Amino acid sequence: MSEYIEHDRDRVSVGIVSKKFFTFAEPPSAMRLESDARLGPVTIAYETYGALAPDRRNAILVLHALSGDSHVAGYYSAEDEKPGWWDCMVGPGKGIDTEKFFVICSNIIGSCMGSTGPSSINPATGRAYGLDFPVVTIGDMVAAQKALIEHLGIERLLCVVGGSIGGMQVLEWCVRYPETVASAIPLATTMRHSALAIAFNEVARQSIMADPNWNQGDYYSGAHPALGLAVARMIGHITYLSDESMRLKFGRRLQDKSDFSFNFDADFQVESYLRYQGRKFVERFDANSFLYITKAADYYDLIKLHGGGSAVRAFSRVRAKFLVISLPRTGSIRPIRPVTSLRRSRRTVSM
Amino acid sequence: MKSGNNLMRYDLQIIASWIEPGSQVIDLGCGEGDLLQYLITQKGVQGTGIEHNEEKVAHCIEKGLSVLKGDINEEVHDYPEQRFDYVILSQTLQQVYEPAVLIRAMLRIGRKGIVSFPNFSHWDIRRQVFFTGFAPISRQLPYQWYDTPNIRVITLKDFRKFVHEVGFKILKEAAINTHSQDRYGKIVRFLANARATYGIFMIGKV
Repeated sequence: MSEYIEHDRDRVSVGIVSKKFFTFAEPPSAMRLESDARLGPVTIAYETYGALAPDRRNAILVLHALSGDSHVAGYYSAEDEKPGWWDCMVGPGKGIDTEKFFVICSNIIGSCMGSTGPSSINPATGRAYGLDFPVVTIGDMVAAQKALIEHLGIERLLCVVGGSIGGMQVLEWCVRYPETVASAIPLATTMRHSALAIAFNEVARQSIMADPNWNQGDYYSGAHPALGLAVARMIGHITYLSDESMRLKFGRRLQDKSDFSFNFDADFQVESYLRYQGRKFVERFDANSFLYITKAADYYDLIKLHGGGSAVRAFSRVRAKFLVISLPRTGSIRPIRPVTSLRRSRRTVSM
Repeated sequence: MKSGNNLMRYDLQIIASWIEPGSQVIDLGCGEGDLLQYLITQKGVQGTGIEHNEEKVAHCIEKGLSVLKGDINEEVHDYPEQRFDYVILSQTLQQVYEPAVLIRAMLRIGRKGIVSFPNFSHWDIRRQVFFTGFAPISRQLPYQWYDTPNIRVITLKDFRKFVHEVGFKILKEAAINTHSQDRYGKIVRFLANARATYGIFMIGKV
């Protein structure tokens, strides 16, 4: 999520960190997914910062969104140009203080940054899963994270925090494992996607699937559907910004030009920005993972899954204290707010 | 009564004294949470607040309070019936666009309401209008007419009449005269309408 990366002005950071791996659900104990399919073995890539207290009650789980990964903070090496995606927030003396807390972040399953996903090798075939990878849900992602937390010997998380799709995981954690979560900070998220949100994701997915290189997801030994994925990312970037903020950020300003070129190069700054974001994205992300993760986000419906249609009922089993942070109408998509239901079910909530 | 290191405002001291230990309370327009913090720490109250100023909300969260950043007029409708023992609206009624709607909502979500406001019929306010011909400015109503958030002028008599017209009753009232940044004061009974800087009322259903 390179758009969030900023070097700490004071150069304060957790320092050099390393990615770790945890593998579980080896067949015959493969993981049973919400779709009833089975997945195993499952590998989770994760990083931790800070020290786990002797009573193991100072752990904070950070949950990343669509294109994030386990690398929340710090640098992999001294030569690394950029730190983790939330280095400004996670570190010694920072908002999430690694001198006090044991901070964990894992890559969600279905992704492509070390955890098992469509680009991982299927042990049964020796080739990448591709579309043989089962459709995973937010619930499946959280269940896999639970396995990691148990492996680390942690019975109760002090806090789960995450934004957007990470925020959906936060909500799911609170409802699925109520005894495990002491507090939760969902950021800019929703209990379920609206039709508009699904529509944007679908257009993005269609763009990938329409790329001639996509080949039904079987592209790992040849050219990747880079153009389709770039366009998908461009669509995403438009939804992150509101009409007003785009007007302020770009307007109709031209990119390094004084006049139109009368061809189909990028003339406007906004065009140049979108092309750049698309290009950068395909360097680090897998097209199939984009399909799987947006599908999981579209499928997610806390109200239906846990409340039988009632958000109040869904939250009634929750034990965590909440700090809900919303953004004022960012982008085009209005979320379906959990705060109302949290209040109605008498949960402790601040917003 | 102290909240944090400072003596709490006198009107809040009175309000706090009316609330039984262990009550469920919501403070509409809770500011930096001084009253809530006092009630929770000193009286074992379970309280929550709503405040529209983001900086003040951050202060509340820093104090460990459960608070919503939002507009009380909108947010109040999201709470279930009779959720609270007391719904507090202190020093906010003068900024409310639809007071009748809000008062009704307060007594839907709570058994009793506690409302406090600056008294516009204080003798000094009357003196200013009568002798100077300018719109009055006091410690309690310190703004100029053109940049004030206070869109309602309320006197003790106005409020008493209003409560009955909206269909509720007054359970308790205190007219208070304050000084020293409103941190000290006393209850006034004689010629209250003219001598009180603030009115505090507990209201409930008939």
